[in-house]
Amino acid sequence: MGYTLAEKIIAQRIGREVEAGEFIVAPVDVLLAHEGTGPLAVEQFEGLGRERLAVTTLFFFDHAAPSPRRELSNVQKRLRTFAVEKGANVSEAGSGICHQIVTEQWAKPGQIVIGADSHTCTAGALGAFATGMGSTDVAAAMALGKTWLRIPQTLRIEIGGELPPMVAAKDVILHLIGFLGADGATYKALEFGGPVVENMSVEERMTLCNMAVEAGAKEGLCAADEVTHRFLEDQGREEDYVPLSPDPDAVYERVIELDASQLSPQVATPHFVDNARPIEEVEGMSIDQVFIGTCTNGRLSDLRVAAGILKGRKVHPHLRLLVGPASRKTYLAALREGLIETFVEAGAIILPPGCGACVGVHQGVLADGERCLSTQNRNFQGRMGNPRGEILLSSPATAAATAVRGQITDPREFIG
Amino acid sequence: MMESVLHGKVWRFGDGISTDHITPGRYYHLRGDLKALAEHALEDADSDFAQKAQPGDIVVAGKNFGQGSSREHAPLVLKERGIRVVLAQSFARIFFRNAVNVGLVPIICDTGGFETGDEIEVDLERGRVRNLTGGFERFFTPLPPIMQAILADGGLVPHILKRGGFQWDSTP
Ligand code: SF4
Repeated sequence: MGYTLAEKIIAQRIGREVEAGEFIVAPVDVLLAHEGTGPLAVEQFEGLGRERLAVTTLFFFDHAAPSPRRELSNVQKRLRTFAVEKGANVSEAGSGICHQIVTEQWAKPGQIVIGADSHTCTAGALGAFATGMGSTDVAAAMALGKTWLRIPQTLRIEIGGELPPMVAAKDVILHLIGFLGADGATYKALEFGGPVVENMSVEERMTLCNMAVEAGAKEGLCAADEVTHRFLEDQGREEDYVPLSPDPDAVYERVIELDASQLSPQVATPHFVDNARPIEEVEGMSIDQVFIGTCTNGRLSDLRVAAGILKGRKVHPHLRLLVGPASRKTYLAALREGLIETFVEAGAIILPPGCGACVGVHQGVLADGERCLSTQNRNFQGRMGNPRGEILLSSPATAAATAVRGQITDPREFIG
Repeated sequence: MMESVLHGKVWRFGDGISTDHITPGRYYHLRGDLKALAEHALEDADSDFAQKAQPGDIVVAGKNFGQGSSREHAPLVLKERGIRVVLAQSFARIFFRNAVNVGLVPIICDTGGFETGDEIEVDLERGRVRNLTGGFERFFTPLPPIMQAILADGGLVPHILKRGGFQWDSTP
């Protein structure tokens, strides 16, 4: 019987046949934590009494970058000291968001990647088994080099047709989560495939895999193919490429077919991600702040789309536009292409590479009763720092169109 | 190890309680101070809970409890408030795992009919919840053996310290 991507990776890593539903202990190839989850992981690691790190350990300063308060400066300092002592890798404030950098620089097809952050699933875009856990699980892996897993059943998401103009990977995944529900894929793997996914860049695949967890999934995965190969080549990591695809006779719990040609831009309304609806239902709703960035949609291709709409236009006077590149690399590329100039000329505020306004730690905190349209992955109550604010989610194109008009606007109005 | 029959008063929550409800991002800087962070536990879902919950009380919720971020501070602040068990219709995966790792018992059962203030009794061994106020009982299936082993040892760190690794590990 054939394997799904998730099963195949585990079978290869533990060197024996496996079955969905089975509990196993598997080696971990790379793990990550950040200033929000790392200190507890370090504390637990120290409680385990092991001297050495048993696995490549990455710490990121991205959630509070640069630190807005001394408490956070102190935890960053503590992680830095630990890292120097034990040989962990530190990604300083300004380098970018953990998931972006892990995918650009660390994860490889066929690896097992865990992280003390729920969107660790982003690296599934490269064909890695990548999943989020808590600090203690990560600490155990730091000490033992292993973790325990239940091999997930897989939902195959087969995306056919063709994406219409101004409809993006984000719209696909928002629509899918609306369909599955916030717990529709709990404990399962989402395996994305079909002609639309084959034609997507790794950046777009990252957007799909990033949000797998919003349907409750353990992970999202895409096959490692020629697109992956070229992406790794562009990162100067050609040797990290290994082709990886599910077996043709893989057994899926369910195959869900989506026709991309039929999709409108999607918007998720407060306070749940699975409140996704076609833009036609929310057009015209007034918006106070637009945020384009995050590990979901802060990449170069996202910034290009947004800048394409904002070029030669101004941000609506009643609205603030925040733009946060996902990594320093993205930032530099956007600078060189003139995208940053376009944003600044339009009236946007450029945030340093990092999580920015996404999680309410600093930057762009909403006032009571304000509404933000964001390209991030979550619109939970209080997420952006104020439980009396409201967050809606969309693609970068919808966000940029909305920034121009001051109300939720269909980006297809900006075609041509 | 904790006793296997727990009595407590219910705090009732609805569906989709996220880790942002349990430990809001605006208190991110308090993560190094669990006591201070716990004063805001579940504040955005029910500000009464944050102020009035008593040790031994039991959190009862609807579907997908603990969805969202991987922050382990979510089960930790509940534990810090003296909550030992959470009953929900279903849990988000990471919260479920984190709860077990820190020694908070997550129980999946039908939570329809439970109200704030109900007196309930949870029998971990029998897999039974009795609602003494409402006069009904519900049954739940036990956790997977791996999680039971971790809970029995008091969480993942004590488990590994006691066993030298994962107890069921057959890899070299
Ligand atoms: S950008 Fe937002 S969702 Fe992504 S890692 Fe940062 S805080 Fe989490």
